[in-house]
Amino acid sequence: MSRQHSLSRRITMTTIAYLFAFMIFFPVLWMIITSFKSEIDAFALPPKFLFFHWTLENYITVQGRSNYPLFAANSVILAGGATLLGLLVGIPAAWAMAFAPTKNTKQILLWMLSTKMMPAVGVLMPIYWIFLKLHMLDTHIGLIVILFLGNLPIMIWMLYTYFKEIPVEILEAARMDGATRWKEIVFVLAPMAVPGIASTVLLNVILSWNEAFWTLNLTTTSAAPLTAFIASYSAPEGLFWAKLSAASTMAVAPILLLGWFSQKQLVRGLTFGAVK
Amino acid sequence: MATQETRLAARLLAAPSIGLLFVWMVVPLAITIYFSLLNYNLQTSVTTPFVGLSNYYYFLTDPAFLTSIMNTLLLVGAVLVITILGGLGMALLLDQPIWGQGFARIMVISPFFVMATVSALIWKNLMMHPVFGIFAWIASLFGAKPIDWFGDYPLTAIIIIVAWQWLPFAALILLTALQSFDQEQKDAAQMDGAPPIPFFFHILLPHLARPITVVILIETIFLLSIFAEIYVTTGGGPGLASTNLTFLIYQTALLQFDAGGAAAGGLIAVVLANIVAIFLTRLVGKNLEG
Repeated sequence: MSRQHSLSRRITMTTIAYLFAFMIFFPVLWMIITSFKSEIDAFALPPKFLFFHWTLENYITVQGRSNYPLFAANSVILAGGATLLGLLVGIPAAWAMAFAPTKNTKQILLWMLSTKMMPAVGVLMPIYWIFLKLHMLDTHIGLIVILFLGNLPIMIWMLYTYFKEIPVEILEAARMDGATRWKEIVFVLAPMAVPGIASTVLLNVILSWNEAFWTLNLTTTSAAPLTAFIASYSAPEGLFWAKLSAASTMAVAPILLLGWFSQKQLVRGLTFGAVK
Repeated sequence: MATQETRLAARLLAAPSIGLLFVWMVVPLAITIYFSLLNYNLQTSVTTPFVGLSNYYYFLTDPAFLTSIMNTLLLVGAVLVITILGGLGMALLLDQPIWGQGFARIMVISPFFVMATVSALIWKNLMMHPVFGIFAWIASLFGAKPIDWFGDYPLTAIIIIVAWQWLPFAALILLTALQSFDQEQKDAAQMDGAPPIPFFFHILLPHLARPITVVILIETIFLLSIFAEIYVTTGGGPGLASTNLTFLIYQTALLQFDAGGAAAGGLIAVVLANIVAIFLTRLVGKNLEG
């Protein structure tokens, strides 16, 4: 009797959960489906969900009109560069704050996070001006620095919450065994820190990849990432939904796939230590 | 554990981050303050360079300023409420014993990976178009008149888009929190015959206080500076109906070429953001202790 009850409850719950999950997912799915339609089918009423002539023509047109690999490569360079730089500077800081906290550590962490509260638009003029003077407009390095600094607080915060979970006793034990500080870091800390670093990297790559204020305002062509690629389609393609959808799908596909495959890692990291 | 030497090493290791962030905060801010005191138009040549505080005066007394503040607050507040309530609902659903939880989770998290410009374009055209959009089609199924979202309810439309982007974030953090909630505690509560509603309010909700605080903090940071969604969909209009503070400053700077006014506005935004920051960090600091 009880099993019957739980089975029917399970069916109901699965149905409701999938219904809502599907509603949340629908716009993404609809974008992907529309990208395979002809323009006429894209505007069909009632909408054609599955039964239409599937075509790749939009992808061919989009690639022919703008050089997708160039934009994609820029996205990879910017997101990768900013993340590497962030790790280089962020890991030591997070390590220090987690293992040798002072009474100011919490204050410093909160201050770091508060620098992210500064609206980017408030400092757009000076940054643009500095970039102009230093000839850094539309360069990879300039944007990498901006994305790196923009995400550094979140990165340190995340790494800090991970490092704090590493038990101090293990370090003490290693030290008793005569491990030097370097050995301690390489052989004891690093293996325990890898999962935390991995999810920090993931979140940072996603945030850098999708950043759409600085990348739009500080690039034109040679360092322009996929956010600029899609922005160039927003105006003229407003009337061409299938092509717009194809360009959009191309812009989000890499990060969407990365996200899907690594979501377990990512979700754990996203909680910023709020879940113990 | 923390010897003198360790402490010194720790200071040295943390110094680059603190130094860089300090420079990143102070240098642009100083230049902004300097610009804000000038009559600096990017189009016309400068005539009266130093104008004191008049940029602030004009920016603050412009009726657009109050409107944009109201819109900013509405946008942030509404999105926070929708994402936390919706996210909690979704998390509770996914935490039930259901089949294929992993797949459902992948569907729910997907909007989080979509860049703001793309989601705004997709919603504006494919979903909310008053004739060919999915919403218009659904309305027509029920014989209702389709809504001209961006003409009649521009701010609501943007709230819907932004809430869609951030709901996955809230849902997944809260789901992780629910899952970390001890199964034995749940079973014990059920065994005791704890009715679901008091169980939710007295046991589950307090457990979720910390994650909810973190959701509020992180979302507010990003929501205060919403830009791309407005830029792509309404351009702040019609009139000022969907102009938030970020967008107003952007307009002052790059559409009216008023660098001085934009700098003053930027500084006001920084001050307001800091007020919110102080309030939030207090809240979070309290909740993250221990």
